[in-house]
Amino acid sequence: MKIHEYQAKQIMAAYAVPVPKGGMAQTAAEAKEVASRLGGSRFVVKAQVHAGGRGKGGGIKTADSPAQVETLAKAMLGSKLVTPQTGAEGKVVHKVLIEEAVDISREMYFGITVDRARECVVIIASKEGGMEIEELAKTSPEKIIKEWVDPGIGLKPFQVSKMAFALELDPALRKSISPLISSLYKLFIEKDCSLAEINPLVVTREGQVLALDAKLNFDDNALYRHKDAVEMRDALEEEPLEVEASKHNLNYIKLDGNVGCMVNGAGLAMATMDVIKLAGGMPANFLDVGGGATVDMVKNGLKILISDPKVKAILINIFGGILRCDTLAKGLIEATSEIKIGVPVVIRMEGTNVEAGRQLLKESGLKLLVAETMKEAAQKVIASIKQ
Amino acid sequence: MSIVVNENTKVIVQGMTGNEGMFHTRQMVQYGTKVVAGMTPGKGGQAVDGIPVFNTVASGVKATGANASIIFVPPAFSADSVLEAAEAGLKTIVCMTEGIPTMDMIQVKHHLKGKNIHLVGPNTPGIISPGKCKMGVMAGYIHKEGTIGVISRSGTLTYEAVDHLTKNGFGQSTCIGIGGDPIIGLDFVDLLEMFEKDPGTEAVVLIGEIGGTAEEEAAEFYKRNMKKPVVAFIAGKTAPPGRRMGHAGAIVSGGSGTAAQKVEFLERAGIKVVDYPEFIPQEIKKLLKK
Repeated sequence: MKIHEYQAKQIMAAYAVPVPKGGMAQTAAEAKEVASRLGGSRFVVKAQVHAGGRGKGGGIKTADSPAQVETLAKAMLGSKLVTPQTGAEGKVVHKVLIEEAVDISREMYFGITVDRARECVVIIASKEGGMEIEELAKTSPEKIIKEWVDPGIGLKPFQVSKMAFALELDPALRKSISPLISSLYKLFIEKDCSLAEINPLVVTREGQVLALDAKLNFDDNALYRHKDAVEMRDALEEEPLEVEASKHNLNYIKLDGNVGCMVNGAGLAMATMDVIKLAGGMPANFLDVGGGATVDMVKNGLKILISDPKVKAILINIFGGILRCDTLAKGLIEATSEIKIGVPVVIRMEGTNVEAGRQLLKESGLKLLVAETMKEAAQKVIASIKQ
Repeated sequence: MSIVVNENTKVIVQGMTGNEGMFHTRQMVQYGTKVVAGMTPGKGGQAVDGIPVFNTVASGVKATGANASIIFVPPAFSADSVLEAAEAGLKTIVCMTEGIPTMDMIQVKHHLKGKNIHLVGPNTPGIISPGKCKMGVMAGYIHKEGTIGVISRSGTLTYEAVDHLTKNGFGQSTCIGIGGDPIIGLDFVDLLEMFEKDPGTEAVVLIGEIGGTAEEEAAEFYKRNMKKPVVAFIAGKTAPPGRRMGHAGAIVSGGSGTAAQKVEFLERAGIKVVDYPEFIPQEIKKLLKK
C-alpha cells in the first residue's frame, strides 16, 4: 500500500527523522494559511499524488509569498498531473503539501527495501541523490552503497558507521546521519514497510541533514497489524473499479486494452492476458476470481468487466480444480439472466466436471463462443471484436 | 521415483479442524495420502474421520510418527506454525497460507537455514508425487504417474500445464508449486538440482512469472549443472510495472523482474520457452527424442 509524501513525512518525523517544516492543504485558502503559519519568505508547493517524477510534470513549484502559494495551489488542485509514472491519463491532484524552501548544498539518496534473492532487508545509499535510483544503478553502479541486515541480529552500529563514511560526510554530519539511518531502519521494521525512501536526502547550507522527499510503501500482507497505516489509505488515488472489486474479494487491475478477461488464479490470469496480446489484441484488465470462486464472485466479476466502457469483448478462462466447471456455468447463466452483457463472450473451461459445464451452457441458449485451448480462445475473442 | 514426498510420507495437518483444513484433509486421504494426525491447539483428543487431533505438533509426531506437515492456518499464525513444525523435527513442511507478512517469512527462513528442512511455499497449491502422495489442494485426477518434473510459482496455471502433459501421455514424477510470495522455501534452483539427481525424472517443466530473479537464477543453474531438458513458460508479459499481479511476489519494480528479461535469460541458457502452455508437451517430445 502506498501513502502520500506528507503522510510519510509525518511518520518519519515521529521516528525523529528530520523533515522540512510544512503542512498539507486541500484548498487554495488552506494552502495560504499553512504558508502564513510557516512564516519565512520562500515556499515549495508540492502536488500529493501516488506517482513519482512530479517535478517533471509541474507538480513541484516554488513561491515567494503566501499569496503566491495560494495562486499556485489553486492552479494545481483539481488539475491533472502527468508525470513519467502516471501514464498519459495523468492523476488528479486533490491535496498539496506546503513547505518552507531550503537551501541545498548537497543531495544524497537513502532507501530501505527487501532483497528477495538474499532474503533480508537491504539499506541502500548514494552520495548522489535526486535522480531515480534505478537510473543511477544503470549509469554508475559504483556510486551505490549497500548494507544487508542479518535478520537474526538486526542492523549493527558498524554498518551504520560504514555507510556514514562511504557517504564521505564531514565529522559533524556523520554524527547527525547515523541516528537517521538507525531510525529509518527501526521505522521500516516496526511498520512492516516494503519500501522506505528518502530521495533526495539533503544537507542544507546551514549544515542540517533533511529528508526533502519521502516515500513509504507498506507490505499489504502485514496491514492487519497496522491499523494506523490503513487509515492513511487514500481511495481517491485508486482506480474506482479496483476499489469496487476489492469489496467483493476480487483481484482486479485496470489496463488499457479492450478485451476484458476473467480467470481463476493469478498466474493463469497473467498468462491469459499474454495470449490475448499474442493473438493481436490488448487485455483491458487483470481479474483473478480465485481458486474457490463462488457464483456471486463470478457475477460481480462480470459486472465490473462490463462497467469498463472500453471493453468490446470478454474472455473467460477457467481451469476447474476445486472450483468445478458446472458451478461456474451455473454462475454464468445466473449472471447473464440478471445483467445485460452486450458484448461477445468467449469461454474456455477445462478441468473438473468440464463436460457437465459445457452441457449446461449449451442448454442455456446463451450466445457464448466456446473454445478448447487458450490459443483458440484468444483468437476467437479477437475475431469477435473485428466482426 | 519422485522428489520431496513419496509413498513413505506420513502427514500431520496443522489446522485440520478448520473448514479448509478438514475439506482438504478428506481430499488428500481420498487421493491416498497417508494422513496420520491433525493438530489444532485446544482440540487435542478429538478426531476427524478417525484421524487423531493433537494440541501440539511435537505430541502428534511422537504419537504417530508423522514425518511431514501441511499447514492450513490463518496468515497471522502461519509463520509460527512453520517454526513449530521445524522444532518438532519435521523435514518436510508445506505451507499453503496466502498473506503471510514478508518480515515474518524473513525471520522463518533465517531460522531454517542450515537445518536441512524442505519448506514448500507459502502461498502454494502444494506438492504431489502422482500415485504416491498429495500434500496440497490441486485436483489429484489431472495428474498421472510418469517422468516429467513440474515446478511453478502459480496454481491454476500449473494445473493447465499438467493437464496438457497428462493428455499427451506425459505423466509426472513430482509437481511442486513453490509459492507466489516474495520470500519462499524451496526455489527453482533447489528443485532443479533435485530433479537432475532423481532417476525417475527425465525432463522438467518450469513455470515462472514476473517479479524477483528466481527464473534468472534457474537459467544460470541449468547452464552450469543440468543435462536433463527443461521447457519453460513465463507469465506476465503484459503486466504493467509497479502493480502486484495477484501474487504478492508478482511485481515488476524499477525495471527489474520483467517477463522479457526472464525469457531472455532462459533462452540464452538454452532452455526452450513456449508462448502457449499447450505447446509444452510437443517441446518435451522433441527434447526427449534427442
